[in-house]
Amino acid sequence: MSVVIYVPGDAAAVAVGADRVAKAITEGLARRGVEGRVVRNGSRGMIWLEPLVEVVTAAGRVGYGPVKPRDVEALLDGGLLDGAGHDLRLGDVEKIPFFAKQERFTFKRVGVTDPVSLDDYLAHGGYKGLERAIAMGPADTVEEVFNSGLRGRGGAGFPTGIKWRTVAACAPGKKYIVCNADEGDSGTFADRMIMEGDPFQLIEGMTIAGVAVGADMGYVYCRSEYPHAVIAMNKAIQAARKAGYLGRGVAGSQYDYDMEVRVGAGAYVCGEETSLLESLEGRRGLVRAKPPLPAHKGLFGKPTVINNVLSLAAVPFILSEGAKAYADVGFGRSRGTMPIQLAGNIKYGGLYEIAFGVTLGELVEEVGGGTFTGLPVRAVQVGGPLGAYFPRALFDTPFDYEAFAKKDGLIGHGGIVVFDDNVDMAKQARFAMEFCSVESCGKCTPCRIGSTRGVEVMDKIIAGVEREKNLAILEDLSHTMKLGSLCALGGFTPYPVMSALTHFPEDFGRGPMPLAAE
Amino acid sequence: MPILHAMQETFGYVPQDAIPLIADAMNLSRAEVHGVFTFYHDFRHEPAGRHIVKVCVAEACQAAGARDTSPKFEKALDCAFGETRPDGQVTLEPIYCLGLCACGPSAMVDGRLVGLIDDEAIAEIAAEVRS
Ligand SMILES: Cc1cc2nc3c(=O)[nH]c(=O)nc-3n(C[C@H](O)[C@H](O)[C@H](O)COP(=O)(O)O)c2cc1C
Ligand code: SF4
Ligand code: FES
Ligand code: FES
Repeated sequence: MSVVIYVPGDAAAVAVGADRVAKAITEGLARRGVEGRVVRNGSRGMIWLEPLVEVVTAAGRVGYGPVKPRDVEALLDGGLLDGAGHDLRLGDVEKIPFFAKQERFTFKRVGVTDPVSLDDYLAHGGYKGLERAIAMGPADTVEEVFNSGLRGRGGAGFPTGIKWRTVAACAPGKKYIVCNADEGDSGTFADRMIMEGDPFQLIEGMTIAGVAVGADMGYVYCRSEYPHAVIAMNKAIQAARKAGYLGRGVAGSQYDYDMEVRVGAGAYVCGEETSLLESLEGRRGLVRAKPPLPAHKGLFGKPTVINNVLSLAAVPFILSEGAKAYADVGFGRSRGTMPIQLAGNIKYGGLYEIAFGVTLGELVEEVGGGTFTGLPVRAVQVGGPLGAYFPRALFDTPFDYEAFAKKDGLIGHGGIVVFDDNVDMAKQARFAMEFCSVESCGKCTPCRIGSTRGVEVMDKIIAGVEREKNLAILEDLSHTMKLGSLCALGGFTPYPVMSALTHFPEDFGRGPMPLAAE
Repeated sequence: MPILHAMQETFGYVPQDAIPLIADAMNLSRAEVHGVFTFYHDFRHEPAGRHIVKVCVAEACQAAGARDTSPKFEKALDCAFGETRPDGQVTLEPIYCLGLCACGPSAMVDGRLVGLIDDEAIAEIAAEVRS
């Protein structure tokens, strides 16, 4: 009998030794003359347990983790192949509370299947969504996405259905689907985990988009920091093409659709959609003024749907299970689930997909278990480098686009970065300005010059030079950047800066915030 | 951009002489190609060291301790961020997020990912770079 052992090939698992564990297991099996297969699955998202090894036994999959290469021999001798007891034994990983409490719509196959096996994808419900889209026809497919309430997961939260309607309504002709896989926000890795852990789902989502709006070509623009994701996507695209799911007449229908991966070159601003299009066309990633919208004049001047990885990866579920199943969960105008990423100084970090409405406090304290240093949580940054810092006092904020906006924050791409009480918030504010100055595309003066000035001003504040005067300059500068920037890089950098100052004034040499400040 | 990526892959950087050649081949002006080349952080203008160590300096890694580990890298490798050591053995570069934010601080050493960086990991990387 041949055994099957899963050892994640996810970049985070690899970074903590999964390749060496996989090698040790393969060699250990060979030495024992045991016939076995090591499958490099995606990650289950419980990063603190990586490398998380799972063995298929008669009683189901049994997990062990975190496994170090030097643990492998003892595990094999101790009956790993039968799921026997050991200090590292986790049992059925789907019963671990962190996992069991989730609602995995978009991540249901990640960590379960062999990511680059089309057969595995099909055996786990793959391509049911495309089948239904083809049966329904383009117009109803667009309406299905609209009715699901899906909003863009790249940051802005714009209704995906409306975007698709706009492109579908453009006169027939060349149109494109572009997937934004630039995922530059610190604290986020959900796009990466989809591309590495279930690439066919993204391909299927983009194919459905192509059918729905009448586009026959798509591009995934992936950041260069994600080489594993590029490899997985390319393998999956080849397999899909070979099986007739890409190319002429996808899945035997009358619709043509094909796609390619393009790799960025290390520029945060290229995640902004118009900068991304410039970059795809081979130019410098300068942000374009809108209008025209990419939906009207996008890639090479043609109508283009540009969506984040998570937006497109949610589509196969919406089509196969129905818009209602997706829209039934959520909070207010935020429907469906959000793959939340718990990062930084957190005990149980990883990917947590849940319906909107869970509070920030629940996520950080209950799900995440607080900090790994064991010190109290002082601040969390939500939504990447352009997102606000939240103090504990705002931990009752529900995860919802509008609720976060009301608190002068944003959920962005769903990343939560936790800091313990050693953090110096003035340094974090300085970093936000520095990041903006390094990554500015240079088109607007407030962003380009303002952020450089911001770093200088923060240096003076940190050094204690004319604090009140410099804080006034900082506030003024933030105001100018907010109003005078073309895109959110310059426009939103004031969020982390001002939230740090508002909620943690003592780090800037101002007295603690009076309690009645609300 | 695919051409610039390919150049960098082959030579480790994009030689200045290549710009006019690319411009001719693509039917673009030299200024256009130069503009693209200088816009993106990835493209190197000079040859890099024999080993390339990219250390994440973004927020999630800062929260996990990178504000302490980054200076340790400079010390252990005897090389400042953004520079190549005079003996050509190593280039140390800051990078903004590798998507390993739940197992930071993180780095990429000659293309290999490393998470949960501590003193031991830095010592190992320094040893690797010596060879
Ligand atoms: C500076 C900047 C960086 C951005 N980076 C990303 C990114 O990495 N990934 C992404 O999907 N959207 C990013 N966006 C948002 C995109 O401009 C755009 O809203 C998104 O791709 C639309 O897709 P969605 O509707 O599916 O969210 C960024 C925006 C700005 C201003
Ligand atoms: S705000 Fe900054 S990044 Fe955005 S368009 Fe202006 S200069 Fe470019
Ligand atoms: S990418 Fe270097 S300036 Fe924007
Ligand atoms: S912030 Fe360092 S890997 Fe994401």
